Amino acid sequence: MHVRILGILAAAALLAACSSTPEEVAELKGAGGAQPAPAAQAAPPTQQAMRPAEVTAAGELAQIGDRVLYETDQATLTPTARGTVEKQAAWMKKYPRVTVTIEGHCDERGTREYNLALGERRAIAVKNYLVSLGVEAARIKTISYGKERPAVVGSNEQAWSQNRRGVTVVN
Amino acid sequence: MITTPIFFESPLPLREGGTGRGQRAALRANEATKDEEQVILDRTAYAVDMMPGGRKPLPLTPSRKGRGDGMNIARRVVGGLFVAALLLGASPARAELRIDITKGNVEPMPIAVTAFFGKEGQAQNVGRDMAQVVSADLERSGLFKPIDPRAFIQTPDQLQTQPRFADWRALNAQALVTGAAEVQPDGRLKIEFRLWDALAEQQMVGLAYFTVPQNWRRVAHIIADQVYKRITGEDGYFDTRIVYVSENGPQNRRIKRLAIMDQDGANHRFLTDGSALVLTPRFSPTTQDITYLSYFNGQPRVYIFNIDTGQQEVLGDFPGMTFAPRFSPDGNSVIMSLSTDGNSEIYAMDLRTRLVKRLTNHPAIDTSPSLSPDGRQIVFNSDRGGTQQLYVMDSDGRDVRRISGFGSSKGRYATPVWSPRGDLIAFTKIDGGTFYIGVMRPDGSGERLLSQSFLDEGPTWAPNGRVLMFFRQTQAAPDGKGATSRLHSIDLTGYNLREVVTPADGSDPAWSPLIP
Repeated sequence: MHVRILGILAAAALLAACSSTPEEVAELKGAGGAQPAPAAQAAPPTQQAMRPAEVTAAGELAQIGDRVLYETDQATLTPTARGTVEKQAAWMKKYPRVTVTIEGHCDERGTREYNLALGERRAIAVKNYLVSLGVEAARIKTISYGKERPAVVGSNEQAWSQNRRGVTVVN
Repeated sequence: MITTPIFFESPLPLREGGTGRGQRAALRANEATKDEEQVILDRTAYAVDMMPGGRKPLPLTPSRKGRGDGMNIARRVVGGLFVAALLLGASPARAELRIDITKGNVEPMPIAVTAFFGKEGQAQNVGRDMAQVVSADLERSGLFKPIDPRAFIQTPDQLQTQPRFADWRALNAQALVTGAAEVQPDGRLKIEFRLWDALAEQQMVGLAYFTVPQNWRRVAHIIADQVYKRITGEDGYFDTRIVYVSENGPQNRRIKRLAIMDQDGANHRFLTDGSALVLTPRFSPTTQDITYLSYFNGQPRVYIFNIDTGQQEVLGDFPGMTFAPRFSPDGNSVIMSLSTDGNSEIYAMDLRTRLVKRLTNHPAIDTSPSLSPDGRQIVFNSDRGGTQQLYVMDSDGRDVRRISGFGSSKGRYATPVWSPRGDLIAFTKIDGGTFYIGVMRPDGSGERLLSQSFLDEGPTWAPNGRVLMFFRQTQAAPDGKGATSRLHSIDLTGYNLREVVTPADGSDPAWSPLIP
């Protein structure tokens, strides 16, 4: 339990840090027990810089799910993805001061420039659905990383399915 | 015939910390005198009077046409550097020695590239090193097979008078390259080289260059280009550079830096420090500029980087992502994708006025534009038909037509690049989990796939339109590790696939034009 809480705190701290990536969150959640040292090192300095509300908000986002996954070469939200975004919309209404960036990502099985466009389309799909659910558009930025920042390193369908994603990151 | 204008600036324009403006100004001054220089070269080239099988040593300076010595060697101060080209012309009759490179796989021509004779010290070392650079260039083209120098019978100094052609024929050499390097009283190097037809016993090319010593590598590439051109009839591509993205670190936290090197891997240096993600660099056809995508400050934007000055400049300040930049053939504009309203469209930006013009207007993805060399048409990538395919439109955005993915041709097509000759479009094709580099005609006919692997992507043309470079990423092991990304080159015929060696992993190569 301690490990879990530490993991979430560390995740929240990392989310808040501008350079953070959701991959790091996933790694910490997955390997928190095995690698306590990096989490312990990472958490204290950033925690001090964070307001408690943001820590709570980011922690909650990690629990409800910060990401949606896409089919190959698609930017359409699946029913599962829509469910996740609906929870994110409720979360954003609960924390009206929080602003987010939606990162659009692709797997490595496409070409670079097309994937940049596809990643953006994926990020926009999440943003548009959040807006349609009543979240102010001004609180949502989007950015595409194309195939540049995979969540899971690997050349197999399991990795690719995790990398075709839209990730909501607290600014 | 042989004297394409030979022009090289003082040391490769690669020096760190040069006075940028001054260098640019000097470059322009050079260009301004080019035509004049060419005239002089043409006038001074002359045929050496030599009977087939003759044994007379070749006079380097005396003119047989009654002109003074001063006319034989055209000298000119250019930016503080003497540039001179000589003279010793080819025999007026076209030699038979020739490689026809339009016929697919050719048997490489055996060629002997001898150390350029130098009397001592610096000249000797440069002469030896230059021959190695020339030999390596020719070998990499796949069209020549340099003969092992250990088999050579005649020595470089013996060759200064006249080749004993029988000695070279005994080694099966069809062509022979000889040369000499000499330090001038003012410290410059004089480099002479001659290309010989070993069977016809004739000189095919004879040229001399004066240059600052640190420029020797570049002169070696220019000489290799001369040999290539004389024997294949096509322009060479050795006096060129490659800009690409150097990669380090794990795939999910990859550090990417712009890097530049000579086409043979020499003079490698980094242009950016890796703090910002950079992608897809492309050369200007006319200036020392590169356009590329950078995530500087977390904003994916198109930038222009000046190789001479190191200065970077964002191309316009637009609300959304700007990406997929490429220069127009005249260098006056950049075409790229903008996604101001969340959907990528193709725009052209005039680099003088900085005004942009929208060329596509479609809810689909429109990206990767590439202009034809005449500037009249643009090939680009779009999924407006449901899948990723290639389209051609007029440069004003009219008359869009699809050119890929018809009939039985399945798969997705991407990264179209118009050949510098205009006759072909190179692309990446993805079909059934395999990536291919291929070419097709601008109307979509005549598709040929040249390479295939787990991931081949992003072709770029050598300036002569004969060779393509791309990057090849290998499949990671089940534990996610072990994937590599390397640059490769391949001949337009689909032969001569080679890795282009870089210090670390590499991707997104872009071939420069011939260096002005």
